[in-house]
Amino acid sequence: MLPTVSLLLAFTFLVSIAGLFVLIWSISSGQLSMGPEAPKVIFDKGELGHPEDPAGSQAQLASLESALQGSQRYPHARGLGQPEDIEERAELDRVARQPVLYLTLSSLLWLIVGSVAGLIVSIKFHAPDWLVDSAAWGFGRLRPVHLNAVIYGWISMVGMGVSLWLSSRILKTPLRGARWAVWGTHLWNVGVLVGIVSLLLGYSTGVEWLEFPTFVDGLFVIAGAMIGIPILKTIQDRKVHHLYVSIWYIGAAFVWFPVLFLVANIPGLHIGVQHAIINWWFAHNVLGLWLTPLGLAAAYYFIPKILGKPIHSYQLSLLGFWGLALFYSQVGLHHLIGGPVPTWLVTLSIVSSVMMVVPVISVAVNHHMTMIGHFRALRHSPTLAFVVTGAMMYTLVSVQGSLQSLRSINTVTHFTHATVAHAHLGVYGFVSFIMFGSLYFILPRLTRWEWPFPRLIQAHYGLALSGILVYFVFLSIGGVLQGLKMLDASAPFQDSVLVTHPYLIARSVGGALMTLGHIIFAYHVLVLVKRSGPMRDRPRFAYRPQPQQRGAGA
Amino acid sequence: MKHKNLGFIVAALGILGFATLMLVVIPSFQLAEVEPEEGLKPYSELEQAGRKIYIREGCVYCHSQQPRDPRQAPDTARGWGRPSTPGDYAYDYPHLLGTMRTGPDLFNVGVRQPSDEWHLVHLYQPRAVVSWSIMPAYPFLFEHKPVAAPGDRVITLPPPYASKTGVVVAKPEALALVAYLKALQRDYPSNQLPFRSPRKTAEETTP
Repeated sequence: MLPTVSLLLAFTFLVSIAGLFVLIWSISSGQLSMGPEAPKVIFDKGELGHPEDPAGSQAQLASLESALQGSQRYPHARGLGQPEDIEERAELDRVARQPVLYLTLSSLLWLIVGSVAGLIVSIKFHAPDWLVDSAAWGFGRLRPVHLNAVIYGWISMVGMGVSLWLSSRILKTPLRGARWAVWGTHLWNVGVLVGIVSLLLGYSTGVEWLEFPTFVDGLFVIAGAMIGIPILKTIQDRKVHHLYVSIWYIGAAFVWFPVLFLVANIPGLHIGVQHAIINWWFAHNVLGLWLTPLGLAAAYYFIPKILGKPIHSYQLSLLGFWGLALFYSQVGLHHLIGGPVPTWLVTLSIVSSVMMVVPVISVAVNHHMTMIGHFRALRHSPTLAFVVTGAMMYTLVSVQGSLQSLRSINTVTHFTHATVAHAHLGVYGFVSFIMFGSLYFILPRLTRWEWPFPRLIQAHYGLALSGILVYFVFLSIGGVLQGLKMLDASAPFQDSVLVTHPYLIARSVGGALMTLGHIIFAYHVLVLVKRSGPMRDRPRFAYRPQPQQRGAGA
Repeated sequence: MKHKNLGFIVAALGILGFATLMLVVIPSFQLAEVEPEEGLKPYSELEQAGRKIYIREGCVYCHSQQPRDPRQAPDTARGWGRPSTPGDYAYDYPHLLGTMRTGPDLFNVGVRQPSDEWHLVHLYQPRAVVSWSIMPAYPFLFEHKPVAAPGDRVITLPPPYASKTGVVVAKPEALALVAYLKALQRDYPSNQLPFRSPRKTAEETTP
């Protein structure tokens, strides 16, 4: 025990000193001041000061513009910028089209699979004798199907697709080696499919978040690296000098992801308690170092882009990024508070969880200060509505996470449905909402077609938002009540089960709303991709300097 | 410009490496010194097979195996046993600590419920023995037969759940699972208990 602790102390000391030197060096060499032009790198000439949202109709964009500027004038396609820039962006989208659409459509398939599995699992909580005759539909098999389908199928794939598109757009460079991403997506799809079938057949590793057979995790490492290659190559060949903050998040996520999977899968190294430690270190890092950076990268692009104004403080975004990297990577052990693990380890994770407030508040302040005064714009821009809702949920879920990691609060919420509610607020309320919003912006550009039915976008937003709110609010209440009953030594265990019953039914209602929203969204995307819906505002999407020419996108 | 990209990647990997060192490498050194608890028996072949069924059917998603300290929660008072120690898990691969208690902690279920028959009926139809249970039924671990063959393990179900046309027989996987559940007995004394509270050790050792 003593050598470990002294090693620890000595090491922490050295790291702090090194960190101090890095800080002094970066201040003295001007690393922290990137100039006023840096945050404007995402705008082409003539775009700054004009709102943009390809997901909205002409009329919506006009109201968006007037909401932002208080004027009723709407010069046709003014916000789109210079003709040569439009041509260039159309070329970027042409190259990115195949991998991004492929990743998106695959992710939507897994989203439907994952949602239906989740809904069945949820119903089984209050109907335990439903669908029990076949082993494949058993609770304990469908639950990991739900988790793995939405984490590795839906959110990882859509996150990678959005990242590819963002990289090309922000770096103003056509994706280099887009074919790598297509092959990587093939491989990734095979991995998810094989993994889900394995779970249904009963071949689970039994390790939460890593239930897929180990070779599938190997496939994910290779496929993830293949999908990351175009991003790396595009960064190297980029036409802009400055790397915008979204690119930091995307680049870092693609570097971290394979390392996480490799370390967590080293066979034979982790036994007993040590296995539990690495399990939760991994599981929380999938959220913190993979999904969260991908979500924040999109938020950092779309909020300023749609508003037509740069992000409030670029320095804050730097603090947010490195703070996230340092603290989020060490929070995992708050999943084992009260468990048979060394106390110092749990304490380290609790301290890191609380320190997460620093990057979270800096991101929240940054986004809020960018949005402030423009909240009316949410009504006129579908993309902004989803992305800003997601960004707000990020603040909410992170602050909740910091509080829930405190021993006093964790003692109540640990082992209860409150943890499950928290996880859904993060993965769904935060990351999925931002991804929905991103797709509403990106897909019209890639397909050169507008969203056929604006009402369906409203329906999707309404269902998704009411779904997650019902889910989160009721399940959190149920979970806390469950935890309080469990702590009450005079109450029999059954009380902690019975008290959750109405809240478990409410959870199924919330889940059904979300699932319905996903089906509507997937249908809408299919109509869009087939370009079979009505086209009301064609000129906006086929905008060209010479009106008689057709076909090019903007 | 290239070296700046490289610097970024090195910094990002360095931070993850630091986290890995703190949360993976150092704990593994510390835990490598831990011996199995003296009273702990390795799993038999049948119990290990049952453990695989426990994993296959996802029991871990509703049942933890880690009683907390009485100072934190009344787990011990519920009959779930003393706080667990790393030495209790020396033969557990993969680990099954779990993080949910939709159902009770099972770290000592073999102590509180030693009856084969109870476990089998409970797996076939939990509500036959625990009226308020929301645990799913696992009828696919059993077979319906007109008459029992020699050597069959027939289970006796209370009236509303009993088969009207024949008998319900436990499949080998149900028997293995029950063997595993009954093996979950950590009622031996622990010599590692202060592991989680070093402050207490200091109080005990220094007069």
